[in-house]
Amino acid sequence: MTAAVADTHDDHGPAKGFTRWLFTTNHKDIGTLYLVLSLVMFFVGGAMALIIRSELMAPGLQFVHPEFFNQMTTVHALVMVFGAVMPAFVGLANWMIPMMIGAPDMALPRMNNWSFWILPVAFGMLISTLFMPGGAPASGWTMYPPLVLQTGDAFPFLIFSVHLLGLSSIMGAINIIVTILNMRAPEMWLLKMPMFVWTWLITAYLLIAVMPVLAGAVTMLLTDQFFGTSFFLAAGGGDPVMFQHIFWFFGHPEVYIMILPAFGVVSEIIPTFSRKPLFGHDSMVYAASAIAFLSFIVWAHHMFTVGMPLSGQLFFMFATMLIAVPTGVKIFNWVATMWRGAMTFETPMLFSLAFVFLFTIGGFSGLMLAIAPADIQYHDTYFVVAHFHYVLVPGSVFAIMAGAYYWLPKWTGYMYNETAGKLHFWLSTIFVNLTFFPMHFLGLAGMPRRIPDYSTQFADFNWMASVGAIGFGLSQLIFVYVLLTSKKGVEATDRVWEAPRGLEWTVPSPAPYHTFETPPKARVAQESFK
Amino acid sequence: MNIQMIRKSFLSLLGLIWVSGASADWALNMPRGITELSAETYDLHMMVFWWCVAIGIIVFGVMIVSLFKHRKAAGVQPASFSHSTTAEVIWTTIPCVILLLMAVPAAETMIKLEDSRNPDVSVVVTAYQWKWHYKYQDEGIEFYSSLALPSVKARFKESGIDPFSVENYLLEVDRPLVVPKGKKVRLLLTSKDVIHAWWVPELAIKRDAIPGIINEAWFRAEEAGTFRGQCAELCGKDHGYMPIVIEVVEPDAYQAWVDTRTDGSAQLAQMEARP
Repeated sequence: MTAAVADTHDDHGPAKGFTRWLFTTNHKDIGTLYLVLSLVMFFVGGAMALIIRSELMAPGLQFVHPEFFNQMTTVHALVMVFGAVMPAFVGLANWMIPMMIGAPDMALPRMNNWSFWILPVAFGMLISTLFMPGGAPASGWTMYPPLVLQTGDAFPFLIFSVHLLGLSSIMGAINIIVTILNMRAPEMWLLKMPMFVWTWLITAYLLIAVMPVLAGAVTMLLTDQFFGTSFFLAAGGGDPVMFQHIFWFFGHPEVYIMILPAFGVVSEIIPTFSRKPLFGHDSMVYAASAIAFLSFIVWAHHMFTVGMPLSGQLFFMFATMLIAVPTGVKIFNWVATMWRGAMTFETPMLFSLAFVFLFTIGGFSGLMLAIAPADIQYHDTYFVVAHFHYVLVPGSVFAIMAGAYYWLPKWTGYMYNETAGKLHFWLSTIFVNLTFFPMHFLGLAGMPRRIPDYSTQFADFNWMASVGAIGFGLSQLIFVYVLLTSKKGVEATDRVWEAPRGLEWTVPSPAPYHTFETPPKARVAQESFK
Repeated sequence: MNIQMIRKSFLSLLGLIWVSGASADWALNMPRGITELSAETYDLHMMVFWWCVAIGIIVFGVMIVSLFKHRKAAGVQPASFSHSTTAEVIWTTIPCVILLLMAVPAAETMIKLEDSRNPDVSVVVTAYQWKWHYKYQDEGIEFYSSLALPSVKARFKESGIDPFSVENYLLEVDRPLVVPKGKKVRLLLTSKDVIHAWWVPELAIKRDAIPGIINEAWFRAEEAGTFRGQCAELCGKDHGYMPIVIEVVEPDAYQAWVDTRTDGSAQLAQMEARP
């Protein structure tokens, strides 16, 4: 290819107008679409969370009826898990993985387009169930039968939207695996790949392994409801507990699907702002792989109260406790990365540091939950709500925020408003703790989850949590402000930060529409990872 | 006079703090409970908690020291090390040892929790949307237990009743489960519709009531009194309104209760048992 041809190709920019986004096969455009959808869903799910917290602010029913409250908890969870957290990581993967491994685009660009555009359809359908006779699904996002079979007209729409979400995830995962395995620049050996690429490779395998399991589980619900089968119906010889086993065989790896890419993001950011290489890169890879493997053999720790045989309970208790070891390795490695570095505290670093602190707190409550006899007390209480919100909000969501601030200058070509970013960070951190820390106490004191009203002894901490939730929700508007003003700052350099590592910092800011049409020089790839 | 007044007001202030401290419910921790196994569960919970605190102090401590010492603003030059096999072996091995220390007592308690052999009293607990049904297997007593009337009146939106004015709001039932103190009580749990879970924190028992399945749980209450719990598995719109109240009484009083319920009043009990 001559230089002249390459130049004209560089000018080949995006189409104009709406069709650009509808028909795009460009990984950067699709990444943006995913991230925008994720932000919208974050606010939709957040609004539902605020309805929940407003109702729980004081004992007695003030705003909603119990049936609507249950719809809110259910749809909030589905929207946040499948609409906010997962698409955000896929968006980051779309934007960053090709640039990190020196590839021109994702391996399967048309499928990439499709796997995104399925999502708005699926969520349109899911959210439309709120307006159907019988309301939205109200059986919790875990969809346990027989309760889920009492859903009204929304039931088949729930199943179909879960199918679509799974389809999108599987296609996205295939695309990521094929891209990573086939399109790396020369000398980008597997163990030289950045941690974000590594954690996504592992995550993508998890997705392919478990999304079909979820699809199978909900299909059985569908046939139980409409086609006379009795997979989960005791009256017909079925077993309601079997659904829980199948669901959590999907559900537990799903938990790591939502946290492994977060580990990856944080593992990119901490070295940059510590001005020191990531400590124990290879052991981080092995730890992530170990977590992924263990995620397949711990599912029944969600079910210590269903009446499993003693041997089963002991096995799942021991296996669950083991997860603490590779997770600990990761946390120790991040701390060792900071140790004797020269740290600065820009917004991405602040979010990453809060991630390490607060995810660890979520990890501690996770270890407590692993202890089966104690779990019997914690199970289905606010202690569990506190636990998984600690790993998902100051865990996954903070990592997404950190990644967004970290790569935003690379995407837009301008530095974001650092003061607003820091304000966003501090308010988010204060309010997230005010929201979720008291929930530990509520759960231990005996408040079950998923109840619209509670005994007066729980009033004080619930009030605190509600105040925190409102504060957290409002703080996120600062992030919108940062995004809206993201092109008003000073122009970003190619490297953006003082000491970042990785190929994405060798291309201009903003990254051109097409990057790495010829593979980057091996030497560059090597140097970036020394 | 002044001194006396000051002392008086100080004492009353102290009293005020004491009273408000006692009436405000800032319960932070799990109850220790009233059975041997609830105490063991509590001890396990506290053991793991203190391990977490210890690990947290070390990890967060190192991190905080690093945040203050190893910052660019302090003028430090970054080191360039990126691995240490010794360190990694140490921080993989030590957690394994700690886990082993936790796993052994946890397994011991778990084994005891599952041993429901030779009960003195057996009660079949059947869950409905949204109430409980208790049937004493050998005594021939059965009745439904649902949310007590004062709470029922107050629970609705715009009921105009302040929940704080209702005693044991949402945690009171019309007919509690009565069990003898010091006797091994076995619960056989099942459900007639969806999955529920029978939970009384003071007994450290939470067991799902599942249609088509009979689950077992047991306890031996060492203390008399009234203890409260709730359904713990989402079971539909009134999931928050099916509390559990259990009265632990002396064996004599229990026998007297059984006698009044069965003696000549079997028909009355039957009538009461209707929903």
